Amino acid sequence: MFERGQKTKLAPLPATIFVPERDVDKQPILEAHNLGIDFGGLTALDGFNFAVSPTEIAGLIGPNGAGKTTVFSLLSKVYQPTRGAILLNGRDTMGMSTVQVNRAGIARTFQNIRLFNNLTVEDNVKLGLHNHIKYGMLSGILRTPNYWKQEKSAAMRVKELLSIFNMEHMVGKRAGSLPYGAQRRLEIIRALATGPKVLLLDEPAAGMNPSETDELMENIVKVRDTFQIAIVLIEHDMNLVMGICEGICVLNFGKIIAKGAPGDIQNNPLVIEAYLGRQKKDGQHAES
Amino acid sequence: MNLQKSTLNAVFTYTLVVVAFVVAQGLIKSGNISSTLRGQLAPICAYIVMAVSLNLTVGILGELSLGHAGFMSVGAFSGVVACVSLANVIPLEPLRLVVGMLVGASCASAVGFFIGIPVLRLGGDYLAIVTLACGEIIKNLVTCMYVGMDSHGLHFSFLTSASALQLEKGGKVIINGPMGIAGIPKLSTFTMGFMLVMFTLFIVMNLVNSRAGRAIMALRDNRIAAESVGIPVTKYKLMAFVTSAALAGAAGALYAMNFSTVVATKFNFNTSILILVYVVLGGLGNIWGSVVAAAVLTVLPEMLRGFNDYRMLVYAVVLIIVMIVTNNARFKAIPTRLKKRLRGASNV
Repeated sequence: MFERGQKTKLAPLPATIFVPERDVDKQPILEAHNLGIDFGGLTALDGFNFAVSPTEIAGLIGPNGAGKTTVFSLLSKVYQPTRGAILLNGRDTMGMSTVQVNRAGIARTFQNIRLFNNLTVEDNVKLGLHNHIKYGMLSGILRTPNYWKQEKSAAMRVKELLSIFNMEHMVGKRAGSLPYGAQRRLEIIRALATGPKVLLLDEPAAGMNPSETDELMENIVKVRDTFQIAIVLIEHDMNLVMGICEGICVLNFGKIIAKGAPGDIQNNPLVIEAYLGRQKKDGQHAES
Repeated sequence: MNLQKSTLNAVFTYTLVVVAFVVAQGLIKSGNISSTLRGQLAPICAYIVMAVSLNLTVGILGELSLGHAGFMSVGAFSGVVACVSLANVIPLEPLRLVVGMLVGASCASAVGFFIGIPVLRLGGDYLAIVTLACGEIIKNLVTCMYVGMDSHGLHFSFLTSASALQLEKGGKVIINGPMGIAGIPKLSTFTMGFMLVMFTLFIVMNLVNSRAGRAIMALRDNRIAAESVGIPVTKYKLMAFVTSAALAGAAGALYAMNFSTVVATKFNFNTSILILVYVVLGGLGNIWGSVVAAAVLTVLPEMLRGFNDYRMLVYAVVLIIVMIVTNNARFKAIPTRLKKRLRGASNV
């Protein structure tokens, strides 16, 4: 359908998603056109149209099993879509692998934390920097001056990145031994280290207490402001979503049921129905 | 902090090997070593290299490989062929052995590369089964191989007999099919073995603490996460596997050049398992553990000769005891308790 990596001429998306004022003139960084995927006979996602502007914080919400994580898996190329196209910075990502799409600028975190548990915090972040550390296998074995130079600058970058979440003191700890909240933060830092243009956060606040969540909200905004990147997040904590997301997209049964700014979403009858069920007129029990 | 820890670990490992070498040399000089044990010193070095290189695949990369002896076999036979055929070109023996090891390493790495491409697409048990099969295939292929040399150069024949090589008068059969190689020049020395061990440790430990090594360990810990941060899976899997095969090849050359004859059936499934036992008992991912385990477990059967018929039984019991003890929580806590006590003493 599209040549890989080519600029494609797709019709602009209907402007239903919220675009922050500062990004009005800019082309969206990430676009999904009519995206869909079937697993066997099951349609997990269908007709997903979505755009994120370059410095937007966008939210993806919906009840359990709505297809939110599937969207992330498609965006990060864990699955290849059955239908539709994903454009990153105007370029089609069709046929790209997870590795290639990461190098192109999409980084993600996982719903169930996936850290390199037996490695230290420092090594985890250095692995995020993997494609920015430039020396080969041989100079690694022979310990050339380039090795020392690159490792030193990487270590400094690791410190910088860890300082975003005040985790510098954990540098030498084993990632698997960190408390839950710190593991979530480390995963975000590792994703940030890859130098993404779009950061996908899959339930960043899961398992956090309210004060940790508040801190996380501040940090997500801080990350966006410092790195000037787009952030898409899946979250069940409505406090967080309504607090920091500028544009929200609501999924249910693999279809978008609403898109817009937080205020519009909160009052949308379809959304309320998806979350709380419909009030039956005849007094029967509510359908979930 | 982390760099310091890994550096300390490396220094400890090098020191351990150097001290062991010096002690063994001292024992040889003073004549306090039995002749059997003395003859075992070079093979011990070969087994240490095998164990360390297998640890790279099993402990660092996290893929169970049961065909490691196959690479040793490739290295042994190609190394010996190189050493025998170059006898007139390079008269200096240690240099000839080094060339033999290099040839063995490059042949083994080539085989490792071609086996690795299809095999590393598999994971877990399937990979173990296929590597096991590959080891057996290599063994059987080498058994059917005939190589000879005359003034025209090397002759090669497969599945026939030594006469099919059509060597001219004065030509020499090097690999004689199922009979293997006879009359190998004894080039291996304990010193050369020691140097190969140091070289292996240098390669493996520096690799582990570099960008590539981190990527390899990342694949072990979480492949999906590794892909998500842009680490190409196949490249680093192959890198670890081929490096491991190359070192095994060099070890094979060293091993073969210690004996007058060597046959392909020596490098069978049992040898692969034996090396895996060294790796597991030494601790997965623990390099100095592999060194110690390989050395001790090679010497142990000799030391148990006093038990005569019950030797292998006692050997098995010792293995079981080591496994139980090293997995004991109390035993594991000893280093930390010692550290605490030392710290407590220094505070007072």
